[in-house]
Amino acid sequence: MDTTVTTGTEDSVWGGGNRPLNASYGKMMMWFFIVSDALTFSGFLVSYGFSRFKFIETWPIADEVFTHVPFFHGNYPMYYVAFMTFILIMSSVTMVLAVDAGHKMMQKKVILYMFLTVIGGAIFVGSQAWEWATFIKGDYGAVETKGGRILQFVDAETGERAALADFAKTLPEERVEHMKNQGVWFQGEGYKTSFSLNEVVEGFKATPNILIRTETINEEGEKTVLNRQESLSKLSQAMQVVEGANLIHNEYGSRLFADFFFFITGFHGFHVFSGVVINIIIFFNVILGTYERRGHYEMVEKVGLYWHFVDLVWVFVFTFFYLV
Amino acid sequence: MAHEHKLEIFRGLLKFKSNTQKIWGVLVFLTIVTAVEVGLGISKPRFLTHNYFIGMKLLNWIFIILTLVKAYYIAWDFMHLRDEKSSLRRAIVWTPIFLICYLIFILLFEADYIYNVFKDGFLAWNF
Repeated sequence: MDTTVTTGTEDSVWGGGNRPLNASYGKMMMWFFIVSDALTFSGFLVSYGFSRFKFIETWPIADEVFTHVPFFHGNYPMYYVAFMTFILIMSSVTMVLAVDAGHKMMQKKVILYMFLTVIGGAIFVGSQAWEWATFIKGDYGAVETKGGRILQFVDAETGERAALADFAKTLPEERVEHMKNQGVWFQGEGYKTSFSLNEVVEGFKATPNILIRTETINEEGEKTVLNRQESLSKLSQAMQVVEGANLIHNEYGSRLFADFFFFITGFHGFHVFSGVVINIIIFFNVILGTYERRGHYEMVEKVGLYWHFVDLVWVFVFTFFYLV
Repeated sequence: MAHEHKLEIFRGLLKFKSNTQKIWGVLVFLTIVTAVEVGLGISKPRFLTHNYFIGMKLLNWIFIILTLVKAYYIAWDFMHLRDEKSSLRRAIVWTPIFLICYLIFILLFEADYIYNVFKDGFLAWNF
């Protein structure tokens, strides 16, 4: 910070070289950036709230969507996200410890703590990639109606979700594939599901203990399950099978939910990723002794601010995406 | 660079001996708060999900308040806002808070209006 040339103008406020608000130029600019980035993120989160309030009665319930933990089978709502939150807070802690060690000019300790911070960040980004992959791959599968609503399936006895594979029939069907030489207009197929709509419908008719669950949330805060009669008539409106989630179709419910999930956690994940890259650069600078020669570790403090900000944003994303 | 750290949290209720100790103390506190949040999120106590305050479930109020508490400690202790000049702190904190509150107010009201249009208007979307 004290890189400004002293020209004897310290006495005059406007002469340059002094530090308003007792913060150095670099730190101040980092704070400016953080404030503006905070506004960007709140814009995203509030627009998520906007869409959610618009469809308040049909919005997906987050702890029914994120129920997986790597290497474990079964239904574990939120445990993994809680773990991710803890990892990020933990790497924030090692970052403050690095800043603290930097104040005391202890190079070895700064190296260790910066290293741990980078590792924490990498674990978090990896976990997020895994979350994305699980979300995209999907869980049970569902069908989509003409109006773009999602119909999911539950077992009538246990009340638990039923996967398409549990009841769909395998019919001797042949898909007519669209060939390049047959069309004026050709588009690649892209999205293929493991069962055709007909197979799901026939399987549903043949299995009496399967019911349909709509998007509508009832008084108890749970999704409404239709009875067999309603289910059969509802299923006649189905237009296509949906497995997993992407920007256009989403088996968990409102497609806007998937859009915001990809957008907000993606934007946050990008921040974490760039944070990790910046941390690595600073980490090597510390090893090379750059800040030792410079006489202070303010650079560590500045990337620290950014890193904590990423953690801060995650605290809000966690609440508004997974908890509320 | 502010080398002196204020070592008190909870308005002086808890005073730490060194900055390192304070950092670990704050970590413990943040972990407890997160654990409480996750615990409530999984168990969803009935009286919290069926009672409302200003149109929102008590449970969600608890989540939002605990989030703000966590944000406070991250900003104050990890980002060292506690050690900055109060004028800098106020400029950083109140500017976004004002703008975000305005944004929340305006967008959520608009969303609620659209919800009612979808619900009562002559418009079918849930089919």
